[in-house]
Amino acid sequence: MILSNNILTIVTFLPLVGAFFILLTPGRDEVSVLNIKRIALATTVVTFIFTLVMWGMFDSSTADFQFVQNHAWLGDVIGYRMGVDGISVLFIVLTGLLMPMCILASWDSINNRVREYMLLFLVLETLMIGVFATLDLAMFYVFFEGTLIPMFLIIGIWGGKRRIQATYKFFFYTFTGSVLMLLAIMAMYWIGGTTDISRLLNVDFPPEAQTWLWLAFFASLAVKMPMWPFHRWLPEAHVEAPTAGSVILAAILLKLGGYGFLRFSLPMFPDASLMFSNFVFVLSVAAIIVTSLVALVQTDVKKLIAYSSVAHMGFVTMGIFAGNIYGIQGAIFQMISHGFVSGALFLCVGVVYDRMHTRDIEAYGGLVERMPKYAFAFMVFTMANVGLPGTSGFVGEFLTLLAIFQVNTWFAILATTGVILSACYALWLYRKVIFGALEKESLKSILDLNRREVLTLVPLVALTIFFGFYPAPILDATNASVQALVDQYVAATGIEPVVAHVDVSAPVAATQATEAAEPAHASH
Amino acid sequence: MIQAIVFLPLLGALVAGLFGSAIGHRPAEIITTALLGVAALFSWIVFIPFWLGHPEPYSVEVMRWVVVGDLDLRWMLRVDTLTAIMLVVVTTVSSLVHLYSIGYMHDDPHRARFFAYLSLFTFAMLMLVTADNFLQMFFGWEGVGLASYLLIGFWYTKPSANAAAMKAFVVNRVGDFGFALGIFGTFYMLGTLGFDETFAALPAMEGATIPFLGANLDAITVLCLLLFMGAMGKSAQFLLHTWLPDAMEGPTPVSALIHAATMVTAGVFMVARLSPMFEMSETATLFVIYIGAITAFFAATVGLVQNDIKRVIAYSTCSQLGYMFVGLGVGAYSAGIFHLFTHAFFKALLFLGAGSVIHAMHHEQDMRNMGGIAKKIPITYWLMIVGTLALTGVGIPGTPLGFAGFFSKDAIIESAYAFGGWSGSFAFWSLVIAALFTSFYSWRLIHLTFHGKTRADHHTFDHAHESPNVMLVPLYVLAAGAVLSGVLFYGVFFEHAEHVAEFFGVSLVVDAHILEEAHHVPTWVKWSATAAMVVGFITAWYMYIRRPEAPKELAREHPGLYQFLLNKWYFDELYDAIFVKPARWIGNALWKGFDDWFVDQTIVEGLGRRVRQVTDQVTRLQSGYLYHYAFAMLIGVAALITWAIAAGGLLG
Repeated sequence: MILSNNILTIVTFLPLVGAFFILLTPGRDEVSVLNIKRIALATTVVTFIFTLVMWGMFDSSTADFQFVQNHAWLGDVIGYRMGVDGISVLFIVLTGLLMPMCILASWDSINNRVREYMLLFLVLETLMIGVFATLDLAMFYVFFEGTLIPMFLIIGIWGGKRRIQATYKFFFYTFTGSVLMLLAIMAMYWIGGTTDISRLLNVDFPPEAQTWLWLAFFASLAVKMPMWPFHRWLPEAHVEAPTAGSVILAAILLKLGGYGFLRFSLPMFPDASLMFSNFVFVLSVAAIIVTSLVALVQTDVKKLIAYSSVAHMGFVTMGIFAGNIYGIQGAIFQMISHGFVSGALFLCVGVVYDRMHTRDIEAYGGLVERMPKYAFAFMVFTMANVGLPGTSGFVGEFLTLLAIFQVNTWFAILATTGVILSACYALWLYRKVIFGALEKESLKSILDLNRREVLTLVPLVALTIFFGFYPAPILDATNASVQALVDQYVAATGIEPVVAHVDVSAPVAATQATEAAEPAHASH
Repeated sequence: MIQAIVFLPLLGALVAGLFGSAIGHRPAEIITTALLGVAALFSWIVFIPFWLGHPEPYSVEVMRWVVVGDLDLRWMLRVDTLTAIMLVVVTTVSSLVHLYSIGYMHDDPHRARFFAYLSLFTFAMLMLVTADNFLQMFFGWEGVGLASYLLIGFWYTKPSANAAAMKAFVVNRVGDFGFALGIFGTFYMLGTLGFDETFAALPAMEGATIPFLGANLDAITVLCLLLFMGAMGKSAQFLLHTWLPDAMEGPTPVSALIHAATMVTAGVFMVARLSPMFEMSETATLFVIYIGAITAFFAATVGLVQNDIKRVIAYSTCSQLGYMFVGLGVGAYSAGIFHLFTHAFFKALLFLGAGSVIHAMHHEQDMRNMGGIAKKIPITYWLMIVGTLALTGVGIPGTPLGFAGFFSKDAIIESAYAFGGWSGSFAFWSLVIAALFTSFYSWRLIHLTFHGKTRADHHTFDHAHESPNVMLVPLYVLAAGAVLSGVLFYGVFFEHAEHVAEFFGVSLVVDAHILEEAHHVPTWVKWSATAAMVVGFITAWYMYIRRPEAPKELAREHPGLYQFLLNKWYFDELYDAIFVKPARWIGNALWKGFDDWFVDQTIVEGLGRRVRQVTDQVTRLQSGYLYHYAFAMLIGVAALITWAIAAGGLLG
């Protein structure tokens, strides 16, 4: 079938077609600016439709790569290789979903250099989808690093007052890590003899090489994630970025880190992953507790949400390296859910920022009085951020915590304190911004969501609640691939698979006998 | 049927919440109230067969939820005796509160939102009580927390209401922290989260250990204590009680529904639902007894001196929940549930009655500004008297004559005595003293509010008026419950162990031994609660009618004790000092100290400076003289050759 062979190429490069049309649109007058916006919107919407088609055609019963394309390209080494499995497919859909919203969110708030802005966003979309769709290590690196450039420009040109410093930091952190990853990629080619990811997945890397490769990947992915204490670039970048930039940063770019761990670290360097798992857990728990506490004292709306993102990513890394199906399913779910929840939260901030031009929490208060629709949407996303059951934010948190409890109860106890802390900072923010009496003069004429904003937020509200009650579409899509990944990990590292610690089916006496004979059994 | 009971309130919440502004307030009120009425009617239809006969429990699947690996969690509606009791309690009180609110909230500009929240709460509570697995229970658990948060903060312009709402949510989250860990632990041990599967697997857990906090501890005890931590948060038990009095910032119907009759009893329901688990751990049940007894006593002492009419009742609720936990802890689960059932009626009655007083007094809640209004609002007065008689447990031991609270409270006190041992005595005496205090503060409330000369200003007093019928009708119904629910249901909850066991079936552990023992306690034990009640009544009469200056003198003579009680044993101050302030301090230190100073300025920018220094040095190397480069190249080549020889030599 032609479509199923080319669908990945289509969704990856369709945005570039739109970018090409934008280049062809001449002039800087109002009409052509409007046309440029329309082209960008139409392109992203069509791309989104194609990503949905792809999801529809995706066969979730198999763990194999699907829609595979494999053509020789540069020499015999680097190939044009595309393909998705359960781990990557939903990230492409997520990217497709959020892009139209970013374009809509920038509709009125971006007034200078609209052409370049839209161009960069479309290029960025191609690069982001490319990261998830490619099956070639070298191409992965190109896409992965390539996302830096448009984002760098978006913050640097359309950002806030301290944007130069923010971009410096953004670039400094991410690029330092990436250099090490590039070395690791070259080493992987020398050892594995190919850059084909699907073949590399079956290469047995020698244990000592695994350690170094793992650390080199970690340097890049941990920054991207970002894991504590490599997170410092994120709040700055978020604060200075325009709304749509923040959305993309939080919703997609952070997920590149988690995706990298799932695609490379865990399956290709399992021994090293196991060896470093406690190290990752320590950083994850630190992320959950420390950044939550830091979020508690923020005075800037965007910084608060940025810090809460770091805390939520702590659940993801913890789940991934727990190495069982609950953790990895939970981590993927958490990433998808965090994608649209944090994206939506930044959109919400953008709504009031467009009106008031300040991100200072103290400048707000009592918005529910004049903005009931806004207050409702914000409430839903706040609750999802808090991880309330019935919102999508709960499922991922629950599964990752359940998973870590199987591995180590200390980390589980510490990480679960996150449910208290997230309630503290999220509700505090909501109370300060939305509740209270509407006393500030400047807010008295503020307007509720307009039609464009409703259009961007309502789908996200619906998804947040829908996946909270019925997470099956996501969990089912990822299940086969994650199961295969876990089986491979368990086989490679020789860890015990997760089982009930009391044999439910055995008769009582027998169980007691095993307990007595084998005291290590229950204490695992 | 069961689907209708659970989802009609949700439908009402959605209609009122999403389309409230479109359809107007009145239709929103009518729709939500009518749907709740239908749900309540259906609930009784479901309940009565359980009461009269012994129908089989059943479960209805709604849809899949979290299905991963061995974890197979679905949205299920489970109906058994315990659930049926809760269905009746929740929907009955909720529908009455809906009806009452039409009158109480009639001039509020956000009525539709209010009714949406009420119905949403009811839905979440119904999901909680029909849960078939731990996680759905957790959903309902947090869902009622959300509704409670929204309703406490309903008057969002009041800073105190917002603070109270947030406090309620966060303190509950502390409890949920334990609940969640309990769930993870259960799955860790048994590999399932369904109730039936868990109970079936329990025998295998005898003697099993779990690695927790660095030690291998008895698994079932750890799990029960963790789960109970959730119950302590939700049911405002000692140490996690601080949110409940503050929750009175919400509109009064909310206090009646959520913070008296239903949500706060969720902890009791949870322990009852998990009674097979708790039965296996002696440590856990003893802990439940102690916490319950301490709460009953502690809250009653604080209730003695409060001046806000709603706070008195709130502390009373806290105290009565302590009674219920003692009932559960000593193994008389049915007695605890019995008290939950009767308490729902009379406490809702008292709260709604207080609401009627507040309504009459133009939103005055301080009892020091009331007094003498019995003649102004006689119906409310007499209904409040009924509620007080039920709460204080008026009745004649040994006869079927008595108000609802008499049967259920005495059942618990007798069971505590029958439990025996040091802990049994401790619980027994705590509860008896608490009964004395209960009687005192309840009658103090009546005297301060209704009797004597008025202390209200003239305008308020003259305009005090009886509430409309839409508010009084629910009170009549609840008053009937406060009078009759004890005597009618004494048979199935407590009278004969075999009847009780037959009634509950598998839904609850019924320990025939403790029930039998409780019926054979000495006569003085049976009379102890009644005696305490009488003493409390007389003291209250003496201090507030006979000699009204006595309380002031007493407070003057014991200022330390008075302040200690008035300030609720200083728990808020304590928590603020040990948790809230340090958390913010650490947050600031981590942010300004670690993130900004250490990572940013020292490492990252320091590195930047270093790089610039190095590049400056490197630039100086680029001198432009050919022989410099040639020299450097030579050295490089020499080094390379040396390395190659050395490495080759080593390898070869």
